[in-house]
Amino acid sequence: MSEIAEKVKAIIIDKLGVEASEVTPEASFTNDLGADSLDTVELIMEFEKEFNVSIPDDQAENIGTVGQAISYLEEHAK
Amino acid sequence: MSLRRVVVTGLGAITPLGKTAPAYWEGLQAGVSGAAPITRFDASKFKTRFACEVKDYNPDSYFPTKEGRKMDIFTQFALIAADEAIQDAKLEGVDKDRVGVIWGSGIGGLTSLQAECIAFANGDGTPRFNPFFIPKMIADSASGNISIRHKFRGPNFVTTSACASSSDSIISAFNYIRLNMADVVVTGGSEAAITESGVGGFNALKAMSERNDAPEQASRPYDKERDGFVLGEGAASLVLEEYEHAKARGAKIYAELIGGGMSADAYHITAPDPEGNGVVLVMQNALRDAGITPADVDYINTHGTSTPLGDGAEVKAIQKVFGEHAYDLNISSTKSMTGHLLGGAGAIEAVACILAMQHNIVPPTINHFTDDPELDPKLNFTFNKAQEREVNVAMSNTFGFGGHNTSVIFRKIRD
Repeated sequence: MSEIAEKVKAIIIDKLGVEASEVTPEASFTNDLGADSLDTVELIMEFEKEFNVSIPDDQAENIGTVGQAISYLEEHAK
Repeated sequence: MSLRRVVVTGLGAITPLGKTAPAYWEGLQAGVSGAAPITRFDASKFKTRFACEVKDYNPDSYFPTKEGRKMDIFTQFALIAADEAIQDAKLEGVDKDRVGVIWGSGIGGLTSLQAECIAFANGDGTPRFNPFFIPKMIADSASGNISIRHKFRGPNFVTTSACASSSDSIISAFNYIRLNMADVVVTGGSEAAITESGVGGFNALKAMSERNDAPEQASRPYDKERDGFVLGEGAASLVLEEYEHAKARGAKIYAELIGGGMSADAYHITAPDPEGNGVVLVMQNALRDAGITPADVDYINTHGTSTPLGDGAEVKAIQKVFGEHAYDLNISSTKSMTGHLLGGAGAIEAVACILAMQHNIVPPTINHFTDDPELDPKLNFTFNKAQEREVNVAMSNTFGFGGHNTSVIFRKIRD
């Protein structure tokens, strides 16, 4: 797993209080990992902080699963 | 329309003396001080470096980490105290549409506000405010979270009147039940202001004791050498319930809430009126509402914060209202032990009054070393040791910055 993927997983485990085994690429933040709308906003902000990127709202809307977050950040992280 | 009667059917507390209502009472009657050096932050550069913290508090022992993180510590305290009171009252079977939550907090989520502002100031100007910041900070998140947790759908709000906040929440709860707008209200108050901004702010007001060499002796209401209040934190909760409703479900009844009074000093934003006119008025208002005379009162749990001006003004007011009967009263300031919980003070002191009635023991004003010549020596301030006494009627006074005065009166239950 890439360094970015490791960090993304760690942030999700910390913020959503879930087990590492649940954080699969297909796992949806809201449907599988118990996030509500505010949790999702917080996750996106943590990604922005950790990877020093700014994720526009219209793109953030497309980040709904662990895998989507990893691929977005692998593409955009500085 | 006749007003309905209101009784207390549940108690809860998390305080500097103990993390449940029974543990709190143990500390009160033993005359223990809750003051110690501050552990929450590095206070080495502060004028006051001690406070009455809730000891060994770890939110993880009460909440899943993810849940606890979304609440300011003042809301965590609120939930812990309310949970205990709700369990104590055994509310499982009641109609949740008729249960309200009316809480009190003087400030709200100061820790969260401070942390977010510091994080912003340390950044490059990009706003990265946490989405939970506002819901954590706002004072009404306490009542909101209690209702969400227990599905109580009755009236729900928070009262804010500085250090009178949770006496005002108790009176509001009392009124909503009296007026048939709810059958049960979970009330109380909480505060958690032992932060850099809280301690620094109160130091700037010259309101807090700076007795750093003897923290446990710093809160000394009515002592000649008193030099300010000691900041406390925590929460207490009371389940208030309509009398017939409580009887019908066989609830344990601690006491009846028989009256509440409110007034304003209309004098100064932080200094008390030296004549105590607003304080005279509030006690008269409470006695009138309760339909009793001054001679009926056995015990007054005073506001008595240990400030040079405030303590004297309140005693003067008590003597004006109670006349000769003032000498027959037990008077005590439990802030000598708990410190000053600000918006939580009214609630923890109401609980102290109710437990004093239940046990017929008056908790003391500890740390009395030197008589204050300005205070009438014939008054019984219950100095240093708890006193046994049949307590049928107890009054609790709280006053807040802004000149808010509130007084509530409890009586042992009778038909």
